[in-house]
Amino acid sequence: MSMSLGLPLDLVLGTLVLWLVLALVSLTTPRYPWITRALFPTGALGGLALTVAGLMAIGQAPVVCTLPLGLPGLPFHLRLDALSAIFIILFGVTTFSISLYTAGYLEREHYPAVARMALQYHVLLASIALIFLADDAYVFMVAWETMALSSYFLIVTDHHSAAVRKAGFLYLLIEHVGALAILLAFGVMQISMHHGIETGYTFHVMRSVTLGPGMASAVFFLALLGFGAKAGFLPLHVWLPEAHPVAPSPISALLSGVLLKIGIYGLLRVVFDLLHIQIWWWGVVTLAIGLATALFGAIYSAVQSDMKRLLAYSSIENMGLIMTGMGLTILFLSYHMNVLAALALTATIYHCLNHALFKTLLFLGTGSVLHATGERSLGKLGGLIHRMPWVAFIMLIGTLAIAGVPPLNGFVSEWLLLQAFLGATVFPHPYLNMAVPLGAAVVALVAGLAAYVMVKFYGIVFLGHPREPKLNQATDAGPWERMALTWLAVGCLLLGLFPAFVIGIFRPTLRLLIAHLPNHGAMYGHWLLLAPAATTRASYMPIAFLGAICLTVLIAFIAVRLLFHRRTRRSTAWNCGYPSLTARMQDTAEGFGQPIRHIFASFLRVRRLLPTPDDNLPIYSSQVEDRTWYALYLPIARAVAWMTEAVALLRRRRIAIYLLYSFVTLLVLIVFAP
Amino acid sequence: MNTDNILLQLTQFVLIVAVAPLLTGWVGQCRAWLANRPGAGVLQPYRVLRKLFNKDPVVAHEASLLFRVTPYIVFGGMCLAGTIVPMFSTGLPFAPVADAIALVGIFAFAKIFSALAAMDVGTAFGSMGARREMLVGFLAEPALLMVLFTPALISHSTSLTAIVVSLTTAKLVLYPSMAFAAAAYVMVLLAETSRIPVDNPDTHLELTMIHGAMTIEYSGRYLALIEWANAIKLLTYIAIGIALFVPWGISSSGHWSELPFTLTILAIKATAAGFALAFLETLLAKLRLFRVPEFLGTAFMLAVLGLLVHFLLGA
Repeated sequence: MSMSLGLPLDLVLGTLVLWLVLALVSLTTPRYPWITRALFPTGALGGLALTVAGLMAIGQAPVVCTLPLGLPGLPFHLRLDALSAIFIILFGVTTFSISLYTAGYLEREHYPAVARMALQYHVLLASIALIFLADDAYVFMVAWETMALSSYFLIVTDHHSAAVRKAGFLYLLIEHVGALAILLAFGVMQISMHHGIETGYTFHVMRSVTLGPGMASAVFFLALLGFGAKAGFLPLHVWLPEAHPVAPSPISALLSGVLLKIGIYGLLRVVFDLLHIQIWWWGVVTLAIGLATALFGAIYSAVQSDMKRLLAYSSIENMGLIMTGMGLTILFLSYHMNVLAALALTATIYHCLNHALFKTLLFLGTGSVLHATGERSLGKLGGLIHRMPWVAFIMLIGTLAIAGVPPLNGFVSEWLLLQAFLGATVFPHPYLNMAVPLGAAVVALVAGLAAYVMVKFYGIVFLGHPREPKLNQATDAGPWERMALTWLAVGCLLLGLFPAFVIGIFRPTLRLLIAHLPNHGAMYGHWLLLAPAATTRASYMPIAFLGAICLTVLIAFIAVRLLFHRRTRRSTAWNCGYPSLTARMQDTAEGFGQPIRHIFASFLRVRRLLPTPDDNLPIYSSQVEDRTWYALYLPIARAVAWMTEAVALLRRRRIAIYLLYSFVTLLVLIVFAP
Repeated sequence: MNTDNILLQLTQFVLIVAVAPLLTGWVGQCRAWLANRPGAGVLQPYRVLRKLFNKDPVVAHEASLLFRVTPYIVFGGMCLAGTIVPMFSTGLPFAPVADAIALVGIFAFAKIFSALAAMDVGTAFGSMGARREMLVGFLAEPALLMVLFTPALISHSTSLTAIVVSLTTAKLVLYPSMAFAAAAYVMVLLAETSRIPVDNPDTHLELTMIHGAMTIEYSGRYLALIEWANAIKLLTYIAIGIALFVPWGISSSGHWSELPFTLTILAIKATAAGFALAFLETLLAKLRLFRVPEFLGTAFMLAVLGLLVHFLLGA
């Protein structure tokens, strides 16, 4: 390309090309194995470049360009605006660490299919970057399908096991139902235009047309279905807990950290950028789905005993919270309360960033544990803080962040979301006003449950006694992995400590999506202080918060030593005088989740295996199953099976019958022909 | 922000740290009187603290660094929580650090650390205590948040000082919604400060313990810090209750001359609240653990009901 498009877009396109080249180069790795070592660190540089490009682009006016690719007469349109930029930053920061981590991961775990994995991985990264840049339905769908297929192949990396193939199929199926809905959404937007076919498929044209409420609602629901399938909203979440555990850990991290956010990106793009009207009941529907998803994910994650499944359900919970924020945004916008809408949107985007960071961190850390121990089941882990102190420390930061406690980042978005809820008292509908506090109550309950889940997760994996003798041989993560994990942990800390600064970065995004926003957006604070309205209304100062606690801890520490003594005796654990302590006396994952299973028994479907009284080797087991399978998916499967059988009845395998069908069809056509 | 306010803030900080064990001692003394015992005196917690600080702490071989830093972190968190609640004056320069939501966050922060530390040694009682504490916590925290939302909606602010200012200058003496919130708050307070009927602070039976089971491996200065933090937590919770439901007498001017008066009022209120707490504990019996979710669920529902009443009546 001869002319320059401005540095940010050049950087993004350059990264895209870099990744495609790396994908091609990875084909040569079977012959030149030394290339493998350089592949992923080089790919990580691309992530860094994207971060820089996003940071540069976010404050600038949108840049558009047309690539002479695609079909004749249907070129690719690209656009880099503030919404793409914030998601490119998210993607760049996350993918930088995932690539670094994969470099170390492949050194330790000798995958036979490194070449294939490197190929698919870099194609996936390039397609994600293209999705964020896409400015027409055509390139969007091409990138979307590439993303879906390459991520499918990455999920089924260990394709020798039937469970992996099954999970991959489920992912692919739901992905494609979603893709169909997205395609239809774009189609509905296009048929309601009077432009020529050549330009009708660009987002620019879709943006310039105002749809009526009926058409707009159709687009909204199709987009909700399509992007919701990607983002894992209830009841389309079923692929998450199946696909995450079977994929290699860096891929799980990428799925949860980035791919789920693409669904959010798509929804934001369609609902706030392409559509011009927002109707209040869209907000109610989104809010209801979001709250249901969040509560569902929180309850189910509390009763899991597989590390990655637990994290997958926790991702569902977090996507629910993001969706809740989006629902509030739509609701506020539909009543033209733009400042409050900006506050809710800030919470939504902030939580996207947070979740990308801490969930990637947790999945990567889980990968390190998996490496060191070969165990994914919580019931066979424990005490790893002694064997893997580095990973344990970094994971503690991730755990506190996702548990939503100050002064880490998870709390900031939760705080913003609750502030948005507290502002939601001014709707003209009295019922709406009353429903909103119930929403806040659910968010509070979910936050409490998340803390419970994370204590369970961290406590059982890292604390206590090792539950298996082999855990004593576990070794800490290597340098690449440490670098990746530290990068994310620092990100969590920075996002927690400087929220006003971070919000300042993506203020252009808010201004892009919400018209007529006052200059300050929805924030009055400065870099030290976060305040959604005047400081007397609400405020939070994370730095002072951390400083105060550190100072008190320091004073207490010194004072105790000066005034008294610093002697400490080491001995065996007290345990109320009971002498023989074994690792099996600690709570298992099932034990720790038991109160939740008890309280929320009606939400869960628990299958219990009870031994008979005269059983010599009694085994008690209980399994929690996803209710949506029985309520939705199995009936659909049965209906499809029934329909195919019904169709089979029509096929009598006699030529006369088929000729009769043709004849009847002809008659019908003649009668009803206009 | 002037020097007067900063001095007031420091006074409050020193006061909560120094006086908190006295309140715990007073509640214990009242319980003793109500049970027809002479009691150990209101200064007993100070003696216990001195004894514990002088003893050598015994730390299990299996304990990691997390176990040893947690008492300090919990103590620091509780001090911060006590510092930002307006107790006798609303002119607190440190109050903008955390509003009502962040205050709940501080409690969660301390709770998560103590639960993790309890699981660190790997004893059966430790992980049992951690599980039960988190069970109480995940139900009590949302309830507390909902309790705080009612005054936050009345005063259009989540800042605690702004809430107190608005409630002291309110036209209505009693908000109907606040009555629900108050009932819920008492239930949350009982649960979060490990009181009967949820937990028994004096129990010696490990199987019924919640908080006690969590701290069972601690001794010496570590236990002293945890006990002290608990005392500060009790004082802070009572101070939140006073600030929300009987805020009269909290000065908003921030003059030194008002200090003796406001402090006396605070002392009277805290003494009365301490006696009421002991009285309530004497009347109630400890619940079975699986009745606790019902108890806290009731608190949660009452708090949400308070919010709904606020929307229905606009008050």
